[in-house]
Amino acid sequence: MTTTASRPGAKPRAAIAARTLRTDRWWVPPLGIAAILLFFIAYATVRIFMAKWYFVPEHNYLTPLYSPCVAENCVPGSSHFGTWLPALPFFIPLGIIAFPIVAGFRVTCYYYRKSGYRSLWASPQACAVKEPHTKYTGETRFPLIFMNAHRYFWYLAFAVLLINFYDAALGFKGTDGGFGIGLGTVIIWVNVLALAGYTLSCHVCRHITGGRLKHFSKHPLRYKFWTFVSKLNAKHGTYAMTSLFTVILTDAYIMAVSAGWFSDLRFIN
Amino acid sequence: MTTRIERHHYDVVVIGAGGAGLRAAIEARLAGKRTAIISKSLFGKAHTVMAEGGAAAAMGNVNSRDNWKVHFGDTMRGGKFLNNFRMAELHAKEAPERIWELETYGALFDRTKDGKISQRNFGGHEYPRLAHVGDRTGLELIRTLQQKIVSLQQEDKRKHGDYEAKIKVFSETTITELLLDGDRVAGAFGYVRESGEFLLFETPAVVLATGGVGKSYKVTSNSWEYTGDGHALALRAGATLINMEFLQFHPTGMVWPPSVKGILVTESVRGDGGVLKNSDGKRFMFDYVPDVFRHQYADTEEEADRWYTDPDNNRRPPELLPRDEVARAINSEVKAGRGTPAGGVFLDIASRLTPAEIQRKLPSMYHQFKELADVDITKVPMEVGPTCHYVMGGVEVDPDTTAAHGRVEGLFAAGEVSGGMHGSNRLGGNSLSDLLVFGKRAGEHAAAYTDSLPKRPKPAAADVEAAVSAALAPLSRENGENPYTLQQDLQAVMGDLVGIIRREAELTDALKRLQELKRRVANVSAVGGRKYNPGWHLALDLRNMLVVSECTAMAALEREESRGGHTREDFPKMSPEWRQVNLVCALDGDDVVLERKPVPKMRSELITLFKRTELSKYLTDDELAEFDALSGEAK
Amino acid sequence: MGSTRKFRVWRGDENGGDLQDFQVEVNEGEVVLDVIHRLQATQTPDLACRWNCKAGKCGSCSMEINGMPKLGCMTRMSTFTEDETVTITPLRTFPVIRDLVTDVSYNYEKARETPAFAPPAGVAPGDYRMQQVDVERSQEFRKCIECFLCQNTCHVVRDHEENKPEFSGPRYFIRAAELDMHPLDAKTDRKEYAQASMGMGYCNITKCCTEVCPEHIKITDNAIIPMKERVIDRKFDPLVWLGRKILRRDQLNGQGQGLDAPSGKPAGVTGHAKGVGPTSARLPEPPDLQEDGKLALTEITFDRPAAPSPFGEDVSFPMRGTSYVHPDRQRETSPEDEGTQAH
Repeated sequence: MTTTASRPGAKPRAAIAARTLRTDRWWVPPLGIAAILLFFIAYATVRIFMAKWYFVPEHNYLTPLYSPCVAENCVPGSSHFGTWLPALPFFIPLGIIAFPIVAGFRVTCYYYRKSGYRSLWASPQACAVKEPHTKYTGETRFPLIFMNAHRYFWYLAFAVLLINFYDAALGFKGTDGGFGIGLGTVIIWVNVLALAGYTLSCHVCRHITGGRLKHFSKHPLRYKFWTFVSKLNAKHGTYAMTSLFTVILTDAYIMAVSAGWFSDLRFIN
Repeated sequence: MTTRIERHHYDVVVIGAGGAGLRAAIEARLAGKRTAIISKSLFGKAHTVMAEGGAAAAMGNVNSRDNWKVHFGDTMRGGKFLNNFRMAELHAKEAPERIWELETYGALFDRTKDGKISQRNFGGHEYPRLAHVGDRTGLELIRTLQQKIVSLQQEDKRKHGDYEAKIKVFSETTITELLLDGDRVAGAFGYVRESGEFLLFETPAVVLATGGVGKSYKVTSNSWEYTGDGHALALRAGATLINMEFLQFHPTGMVWPPSVKGILVTESVRGDGGVLKNSDGKRFMFDYVPDVFRHQYADTEEEADRWYTDPDNNRRPPELLPRDEVARAINSEVKAGRGTPAGGVFLDIASRLTPAEIQRKLPSMYHQFKELADVDITKVPMEVGPTCHYVMGGVEVDPDTTAAHGRVEGLFAAGEVSGGMHGSNRLGGNSLSDLLVFGKRAGEHAAAYTDSLPKRPKPAAADVEAAVSAALAPLSRENGENPYTLQQDLQAVMGDLVGIIRREAELTDALKRLQELKRRVANVSAVGGRKYNPGWHLALDLRNMLVVSECTAMAALEREESRGGHTREDFPKMSPEWRQVNLVCALDGDDVVLERKPVPKMRSELITLFKRTELSKYLTDDELAEFDALSGEAK
Repeated sequence: MGSTRKFRVWRGDENGGDLQDFQVEVNEGEVVLDVIHRLQATQTPDLACRWNCKAGKCGSCSMEINGMPKLGCMTRMSTFTEDETVTITPLRTFPVIRDLVTDVSYNYEKARETPAFAPPAGVAPGDYRMQQVDVERSQEFRKCIECFLCQNTCHVVRDHEENKPEFSGPRYFIRAAELDMHPLDAKTDRKEYAQASMGMGYCNITKCCTEVCPEHIKITDNAIIPMKERVIDRKFDPLVWLGRKILRRDQLNGQGQGLDAPSGKPAGVTGHAKGVGPTSARLPEPPDLQEDGKLALTEITFDRPAAPSPFGEDVSFPMRGTSYVHPDRQRETSPEDEGTQAH
């Protein structure tokens, strides 16, 4: 008869057996998001363990998945911050410094939590659709309570973002060693801007710039920051998805150029 | 009798959980009384949420020249001097305190630059006076009071271990009968919608705060609850109703699309620059400024438009005339064939403000039109027309204590259900402050009354049994009339014959039809069981609607003049003699009887607040001579 | 202009029920609630449905329309195609009473558990000063019309009845946020309370509450996440902790504890009505006894532990044949009043 959850002593709910009575195609968005997320996870896993084709020395293009590269076995020139780690075995990715940070940042991100819980964990898949799990404790206990560590990841990811900007600035390297712009430079810059949008529009950023204040009127400057971040924050999901694609695009482009599948399209020098 | 009746004991029972009821309950609880709140709907859904404009209180935050005397004058002027002056005086004096008090309960009004409560302009008010929160002030008020009650319950929980030790809300409960012990209120009898079970409250004091009667009308902004329950309970308990002929028709209710007919478009649309146009595109309100208002309202569009930015040096636009003037003007335009296809006129804000300004100033209006009707008010004008909105008349009460007049003791009334405060016409924004001022008074005086009783009155068992069988009658009757049909017929009678413009022949006809309806309502039946059965509930409400409608029709026939919310086509003028008359309605057995009583005379220090030229439009020669003598003395 | 459309309406009560088919006439510009009213007036006079304002302002007519939690008065029939069957069911998270009406008392219980506004000590009514920018955040949450669609759609309780005792739900998270952001609220532990006692950790930010909110309150982005971040401030953030130590920024939040702030004294009759009306004290009186000298059963079967007596607080429990009068009250009693005491 009824499939609704019950608690001893609780009065019964309306006896409606259907899991949901929604008539729209509610399963489409979670499926789409799941496909995107799984693709990215698969792509990133393959790429970080490849340990090659991540750097184009002619133009200083370094893929964000490997930045900063600080191990002794990094390709010469790719270590913008020195090599203070010994040569790493194959099962430790070269991007070991930043990759856990950005991965953690994304996993604990409020937007990705929504899309992940919905599409990968079906908790719930869509609004007013019954979830398959019999028990639910949310983020109250291990391991999901660690989702609250988003704040730490944000501080670290902000540092990584600065590194990405530094890398991108180095990407203006012309064929003759001087200043130059190629398609790779443009792609790298689009990517860091998307990453900046994603990082700055984060709910944590919104909170620490001003959200935590009780009286905006006493902190007019921080109120301005907060207003600005709030505007970005409204599009946090868009930035999150865009930057996901720009990261893949950047990495794939650099891989292709580095592997010599095609050469970089140069605009200036 | 096998019917189960749940018995409760309370010191004060408040019927109605709108602004007035909740404020009364807070006060009774603060006075230490065990208080019950009876709510016909869920807690916090009361009709007060519909009030949009704001709560009028002469705090002087925006214009420091404002004070209670000016507010008092505006209220009397708006009510065409038929108000109970004492109520208007108390209201003007106490409204600011009541508003400030709300802030200590957690209300968040919009602010001025220096951090005080912001106040806005509204029709009939000389200065910006309405404390507001965007255009959802009523919601803020009800939520604040609701949350204050919760906070009192939390205090009781800490003290007594139980949230409901001192104050309990009976939601979705309707009172069908008041029970008396001699002439004293002894209890209230009703049913719980959810289960259909009966409740008996034994209580020495009852506060009526049940709101209005609008559901007797075809086009109304009122919800299903507004069936005049409090009015009818008071009548049957031996109290009297005053000036029931005065009903306010809000000039601008939506007329299109049909499903939302009656829903109000707040006056602040006009306060913020909206103008009324007929189907010829003419801004017609300039043709309808009565002589009484000539010197306060602009006669050119240019001057009117300047007023929005420079109110000190220009006269206000005629769109901001009191509601009845606007309603009548719209009615005349429509009758003259210059209305919209749906029978209204255009209210245009789209061509006056930018879309961004409209969305900022009138967010819920924008939201409402967009979502309910798919009309974008930033692009196209709205179609509006008069809709039944508020009843000025109500239970005749003592101004200071809010105790009901008539034979009964222990009955108090506050809010829309009480009469006198607003005279023949209510100013926008005065109802929210009315709720607070007189709600508090009702609560404190009900509490004080219970202290004064030597012995607790007891309801008689026979009365309880009579109430039970009356309540069960529609369910046991077979093949009776459908309550929905009866309601529609009643609404048609009232809407067509006792509507905004009234005539003797139609009113006589209406009274005849009401008698006929009375016979039919006595034979109403409801199918289904007692559990949450809306047909049964309506069947029980019908007799309340009917008796109140009869009062309205009788008083409307009796008062041979036009004033405020009462317009007689056959007596279009305001008559100074009629200003001295209150029409008081009572029940004699099952029959409604009407009586004329004098309007209380204003104290000398109050009447001298007005100019002679103004008073000369309202007072008789004798009264004016008296006034001259007074002002002579003053010099 | 009207057309006949197909509807399926759930009818039943706690003992079960089913979806029943109806053919109803629908006119241009109507909403789902209009159709339900037409059903009541023409086919099923006892179809139970809550409604009040019919303008999206009171939040009474919450129901599920084609599976989505919505307000009946805000769902235009024009959003469906002519041949579409519209399915209307009661809210599925709350116990059903009858037809479309559910028992929403869960929400009122949670409302009562959420600590109320704590007024700042020493600020008189009328002296409250707040800036518009400071009240705007809380004002957004005060738009809430308490339709409980967010509570209904939240999977934490919708799919897991057992979470109801621990979880207050989105409506009360925005209430907590509203008060925490209130410029003058004096209670300082709302964040901790939200986490420890309201079950904010259960929320996994899937945002369905925001999706169904008819008032378009950004429940998740503007209330729940900021509240979660505020909890993190107190509990987890290393930099904030360091900042507090170094910069002594303890004053970031208001001072003082508000929980026990007085809610106002019983003022009695005040203002211009002072001294008007009857105020003499009523004496305690014993309840009526039945003929056998015992209390009527109803006098002792109250479910409330505190102050069940209607005769005044000082009568603890009426004993047979005794009329207890508090010594203080006795002393206050003037000789003239003595007569009324005897019975």
